[in-house]
This record gives sequence, C-alpha cells and structure tokens, in this order.
Amino acid sequence: MFKYLKQLTSLVAMVAVLFTFTTETMAAKKSKTLKNTKKKGFVRCGVSQGLPGFSNADAAGNWTGVDVDVCRAVAAAVLGDANKVKFTPLSAKERFTALTSNEIDILSRNTTWTLSRDADIGLTFVGVNFYDGQGFMVRKNSGISSVNDFKNGVSACTNLGTTTELNMRDFFNSKGISYEPVTFEKADEVVAAYDAGRCDTYTTDKSGLAAQRIKLSSPDDHMVLPETISKEPLGPVVRQGDSVWEDIVRWSLNTMIEAEEYGVTSANADSMKTSDNPAVKRLVGAEGELGAALGLDNDWSLRIIKQVGNYGESYKRNIADTGILPDRGPNELWTKGGILYVPPAR
Amino acid sequence: MNIKKILPQLLTLLVVILIFGFFSYNAQVNMENRGITFGYGFLSQESSFDVQFSLIEYDGSHSYFRAYLVGLLNTILVSVIGIFFATIIGVVVGIARLSNNYLINRTAAVYVEFFRNIPLLLQIFFWYFAALRALPLPQDTEPMFGVFFLTIKGFFVPAFVWNNLDIFIYSIIAAIITIIFVRIYSRKKQEKEGIQIPVFSISIGLLIILPLLSFLFGGVNASVEVPVIKQLSQSGFTYEGGIKLPPELISLALALSLYTATFIAECVRAGVQGVSKGQKEAAASIGLTPNQVLKLVVMPQALRIIIPPTTNQYLNLTKNSSLAAAIAYPDLVLVFAGTALMQTGRAIEIVSITMLTYLSLSISISIFMNWYNKKIAIKEK
Repeated sequence: MFKYLKQLTSLVAMVAVLFTFTTETMAAKKSKTLKNTKKKGFVRCGVSQGLPGFSNADAAGNWTGVDVDVCRAVAAAVLGDANKVKFTPLSAKERFTALTSNEIDILSRNTTWTLSRDADIGLTFVGVNFYDGQGFMVRKNSGISSVNDFKNGVSACTNLGTTTELNMRDFFNSKGISYEPVTFEKADEVVAAYDAGRCDTYTTDKSGLAAQRIKLSSPDDHMVLPETISKEPLGPVVRQGDSVWEDIVRWSLNTMIEAEEYGVTSANADSMKTSDNPAVKRLVGAEGELGAALGLDNDWSLRIIKQVGNYGESYKRNIADTGILPDRGPNELWTKGGILYVPPAR
Repeated sequence: MNIKKILPQLLTLLVVILIFGFFSYNAQVNMENRGITFGYGFLSQESSFDVQFSLIEYDGSHSYFRAYLVGLLNTILVSVIGIFFATIIGVVVGIARLSNNYLINRTAAVYVEFFRNIPLLLQIFFWYFAALRALPLPQDTEPMFGVFFLTIKGFFVPAFVWNNLDIFIYSIIAAIITIIFVRIYSRKKQEKEGIQIPVFSISIGLLIILPLLSFLFGGVNASVEVPVIKQLSQSGFTYEGGIKLPPELISLALALSLYTATFIAECVRAGVQGVSKGQKEAAASIGLTPNQVLKLVVMPQALRIIIPPTTNQYLNLTKNSSLAAAIAYPDLVLVFAGTALMQTGRAIEIVSITMLTYLSLSISISIFMNWYNKKIAIKEK
C-alpha cells in the first residue's frame, strides 16, 4: 500500500504544479508583454519568410525592411537597442497562431488590416506602415495590358491564406471570368511556379509583386498591370488584451512617421532637442513626460529616431534604393500629397 | 477485487483526465483573455474562396463545410491513386529483387535504395518543379495518340459524354453478380466432382459481353470529347473540354507512389523469402505447375507476412499526402487547415476537425486491412 501512497503523493504534487501554472495564466498583469520583453532582453518579432523591402534576411542573417524597422523601433524604445530583436520567419498560414499562442509579441509581416481579423481572432492592429493594393503580374509578350484582357480559363498563382485569395474571387466574379486559382503555402514556390509557366498571372499585393519580380529568371519579361483591385493597408499586429504593449507598438510606428513630418532624422535628432518648435521638442523627449505614459523613459522616441531613423529614411533605405518601388505613391506624407497621417504625439 | 490491480489503473485514468482538462481549461482561459470565440457555426458560412480542382461542384458561394468535403475528397483521391500504383510498383519491384537475373535484381535494388533514402518532400519538389519545368507549354505540346495533351498546365485527356449511363452501369453490376454465381458454382463442382472450370476467362468474357449488349440493345452510347486548344492571350494558351488532371495531382501521386513502393517492395520480398523452401518443393512434388505453386502455396503464406507491414505503408502514404500544401494540390490540409483556417481564424476548431478526419481515414484503412488479414490467416479446423 505504501508503494502506491508514494505514487499518489507525486501525482498530487504534479497536479498542484499544473494548477499554479493555470492561475498564473489567469491573472494577466498589466502589460505582461512589456515585463517579459524586459526580462528576456529582446523583442520577439514575427516577419515574412523573405519579402525584399519589407522583411528579408541577407546571407549573414541580418534582417532588413520596413516591417523589420517597426520591430527595431520597439526594441529601441523598450530595451534601448534596436538590434535586440529576435526575428521569427512565418508563413501567411502560421502568422496569427504564432501571435495568439505567445510565440511572438509583434507580428510585422505585410499583414492586411481587416475587420474580421481585428475583431474576431484575438488580434489588434496598431496602425498602417504601408498602404498597398492587390495587382496582377503578367508576361510582357502576352500582350495583356489591362485586367480587362483576361479571358475565361486564366490560371492565377498566389499565396495561401491571404486576403488575396478572396479579392481574386471577388474580382474575377465581378468580371464574369472563370479562373483557376493555384495557391501555394510559400511565396518562393508561387514565384517558381509562375516562372515555369504554370500560371498566366501572379497576383498579390503590388509591393509584393514589385519585390518578387526581382527573383524571376528574367524580370524584364514581366510587368505589373496598372489596375489595383483592392485596398490593402498593411501594418503591425499585437495580441488583444495588452493595451500598454499595444500603445507602445502603435506610438513607436507613429514616432517614425511624425519624425519625418517634422524633418527629424537619425543624423539631426540630437540637435533637435534645442529646436524652437515645441512639437519637435516633445518628439525627441526634450519637453513633456510622454514616455511615462507608456511606462518608458523619456528618451524612448529619441532612441527610435537615432537608431532606426524616421519613416522616410526607412522607406528610402529598404524600398526606394533597392529599386522595388522608387515612387512612394500613397505612402507619402499627407503634407506631400500622400495619405500618411498620424495623430500628434502630445 | 484486488485494490493493487485497480488503483494504478484508476490513477492513470485520473492523470489522463487531469492533463486533458488542464489543456482544455488553459486554452479556454487564454482564448477568453484574447477575445477569441469558440464554435463550429462557421462551417455553414459562405467560404468565399475558390479551389482549383474539385471532385464535387464547388465555388466560393458554397459553405466552409463543402470546402472541407472538397479537401477531404481530394485527399482520398490522391491516396487511392497513390496506394494503387505503390502496390503495383511495390509488388513488381519486390519480386524483381528476388529474380535470379543479375541486372533485374540490381536495378530493383538501386531503385529501392535511391527512392527510400531521399526525403519525400524533396521528391515532391523534384517531381513538381524540376519535372514541371521540362514539360512543354500548351501551344508547344505534341499530342499523344492525337488526344492526350501533357503540358505544364496539366494533363488534358478526352472525356466521355454518356447517353443512358445508368443502363451501362447496371450491365456491369449484372456481370459482377453473374461472376460471383459462377465462382460459387465452380467451387462446388470442384469439391464434388474434381472438375475445374476456367472461371477467369468466363469472368473476363462476361465483363465484356454484358456491357457490349447494353451498347447494342440498351441505347447506351458515348461520344468522346477531345480537349481543344484555346488562346488566352498573345502568348498564353490552355485546353478546353475533356478532363483536366492538374500537374499538382500528377506530381504528388507520382512522388507518393514511387516513395511508398520502395517500402512495399521490401515487404513483398520479406514475405516471399519468409515462405520455407520445403513448401515449394513439396508443392512441386505433388505435381502442381509452377503457376499453381505460386498461386496456391507461396502467395497465400507470403501474404500473411506482407499484409501487416503493408498496411502501415498505406497509412503512411495517406498521411504523407498532406505534404500537398507545398505544391498547391488542394487537399484537406491546404483547403481546410490552410485557406479556411486563415479566413476564419478558427485554429482550434479546424485543426481538431482535420486531426479527427485523418484519424478516421487511417482507422478505416486499418480496419479494412485487418479484415483482409484475418480472411487470409490460417484457419484452424
């Protein structure tokens, strides 16, 4: 009998341990994410599996891109060092589960902000860092110059688990064209299949088309059609239920955009502390106590601008200078004819 | 009752329940914290995404449940094709490995060692991307026998357009029933009088004659619809009409069959080698022909060794078919655990349904193979 008593005791101990864990999960503290990030010493950031200009790793494993810079900005704000980020490459299919199941703390992976994603599956979108729209790429020698040239039976390669699949159906249905959707899990396979001639057209966000075109065997034989068939506001996402963390990510992004608006760059940020404009002084932390509201010190925004740069610098470095989309289009500041407009930091 | 016997079992049960309870409770709490709702109501909602290849009528205006069926049927289709060809190739290669002809037996050995030692996903990529690139564009293809078109966009084959298809099917069913009666009759006759009737030839004859009669007198006729090339743009073409087998299906079925066949070949070889030499010699000494020795003495005993491990291979093949997502074949994982999961965000519900489905598929195969194994097992009299 004593033999089993021993087993029983260990079992009771095990159950007790399990319940402690459970209660721990239940009592969600105020910004557990911030606490955990500081404890770990790095920001856990979910990115794409390689989309030049947005999130792409070089041979040495260094990540660059405008999506990557959002995570770097948060790391600079929270941990003081823009390099303290651990990047997790995710497929479109895995991305939300990785976020909701606590594998990552920010999802910055060219993700479209939609109502159902925002409201239904435990996510919160914090803003838009790229205004995009879905387009089509075709071979130049096909003679197709507009989406109106597509005929019944056209086959379209695209990514699995994206808004693209739904837009494509809406688009072809509205035109009354029958089509064949060929959906792959990874972008590299989509490109390879389209390149091989499996599909007549490749459809995804226009920024993605521009970036992936470089990967084709002869990029000059392909072109992106002028039409845009959807609205794709892309932005970083956090888990629902941690409003402090949500604010930190939102305002890290906003800081980058506002810095561009006021002409604060990584080079001149320090000297801007003595600016005559109070908005600029607030932005670099020389005036006001904005950091405290987020649970951070007052230099958080200055660090973002110094280490990562403003939005314009990030765009130029990652998207314009790499030849992906030299023209900023809607992603220009509202003061310069674009639609980038963020609430003021005050 | 002996408490020493019951207590450990009760404890085990308790532990299982507690662990399961902990995980579901934890999931529930976490979902509640993040505002995720739980429920299967989404299955009846409109799916609003299309699928490239489906055995039943489907488009985005149908429900998520129908999308699930589309995926399930596609999984079953590729598994059945895969199992069929893997078995044929496996048996042939397995027997070839036992051949006394050095060339045949070495070729078979090289095939087995080569294909079973390369990861399946790589083989799928090879057949899809490397082989696909080698295929011609629709406008450049040379038709096989004038009616089959193998292109980069798929394999286009002629379709039959039937009149009175039901009568044709009845005639085949009638033929099968007659064959069963002939077999019963022939067995009785052999047991009573020792006379053998050529059942096989009669069966083949019946299968040809009855459907033929339905053509002649039943008003059955079929016309063939040959695929025709269609221009989509200045450089883009496709085929219309007939049946289209997507290249994704072909590459996946090819990769699955060639890979699994190597394991089945080894099962077959082990099975045949497992039958003792004395059995064959004894059979030959009582005057059975070599064919009869194989059919009546060796195979029945070899099958008992072959079936159980082959069942495992069938299960593996079915589960491995879920690698389809990598090459855009719309199987259960791609359509349901892929697109549908993404569009609804119902990870727990969809993953649980998908897991249950694979479990049911595997158990069905197991049950069938166990039944067959029992049927051919030694019956002690």
